[in-house]
Amino acid sequence: MNKTVGTWQEQLWDLLRQNEVEIFGYVPDAGHKHLINQAIADPKVHDVSLTNEMEGIGLCCGANLGGKKAVLLMQSSGVGNTINLLSLVKLGNFPFLTLVTMRGNFGEGNPWQFPMGQGTQAALEAMGVICLPVWTEEDVIPTVEAAITMAYKSGNAVAVLLTQRLIGAKEF
Amino acid sequence: MSTFKFDLDREVVIPKLVPNPSDYLMIAGLGGTARDTTRLTKAGSNLYTLGGAMGAAASMGLGLALARPDKKVLVVTGDGELLMSLGTLATIAVLNPPNLSIICVDNGHYGETGYQVSHTGRGVNLEEIAIGAGIKVTATVQDDSQVANGAKVVAHDKDSSFVLLRISTKESSPIKRNLNAADCRIIFRKALLG
Repeated sequence: MNKTVGTWQEQLWDLLRQNEVEIFGYVPDAGHKHLINQAIADPKVHDVSLTNEMEGIGLCCGANLGGKKAVLLMQSSGVGNTINLLSLVKLGNFPFLTLVTMRGNFGEGNPWQFPMGQGTQAALEAMGVICLPVWTEEDVIPTVEAAITMAYKSGNAVAVLLTQRLIGAKEF
Repeated sequence: MSTFKFDLDREVVIPKLVPNPSDYLMIAGLGGTARDTTRLTKAGSNLYTLGGAMGAAASMGLGLALARPDKKVLVVTGDGELLMSLGTLATIAVLNPPNLSIICVDNGHYGETGYQVSHTGRGVNLEEIAIGAGIKVTATVQDDSQVANGAKVVAHDKDSSFVLLRISTKESSPIKRNLNAADCRIIFRKALLG
């Protein structure tokens, strides 16, 4: 990744596209807005709006069977919806990449977000997903680059956790 | 008590709905549909079956269909599994990949856990749900007269399609299959991707 211009959100899109990610599964989230809008606008990729994050696990695994790279964009609350389906990722040794925008985390003002937000990393790790939290803008691209290598070259399941320190806490 | 009473034998009717199984990349759910498709494809390398992760079959089929627009993809799933992931019908309908077909093998029961009556055995109609989700081409097959049309809907390649196959409660006979999901992934990918 040589490109250093643009916001981290813009660089993130470029990074994923340079690495031939062609299928973007997502449940809408403000923190993923740029990637979602780019995926919708780019005719070369599939933007897949999901009703539930569990669909994203099947989507990514099915894409791998077909030889394509996919990414799942979700919020920490959605991680809870994926847990049993991560059996497929783990038992099948599927490479899997997800970018998780965190809630119930740094500066959160909605108490309802804390149970799943605080449980997100432990839940993912319990199902064999390696978690890479990102706290600062300068760490976003190096971390997602590392995650892409760990997932698509080494065949792991990897979640990049975009913390509220990075994306900002929603005000209530 | 279930009022779900149909006569079709899954082992007889599924091969009629899919006369050319090697034409498809196939994803099956767990339990009965995994056995049905293992028998149908003679454990072919064009088939990936689940043994758990219940609810994943339809979304896996979607991912595969989007990844491989050059291939026809068939999902064979049970009523119990589809009831767990009804939203996926909406997701598929919105995208409408033309190379994706779904057969829901509906026996009105949870066959793997003691034959408890499922929601379809108590009146829920999954074809109507598929239509409501927006799937454009659908059919119900519940007697012999509907099989030819069902086969046409499975083979339809202009839109995503959905066939509700209502069968008797006769189980899919036991058949040996590979439960190692990682092996199956490698075998499937090697056959498809070289």
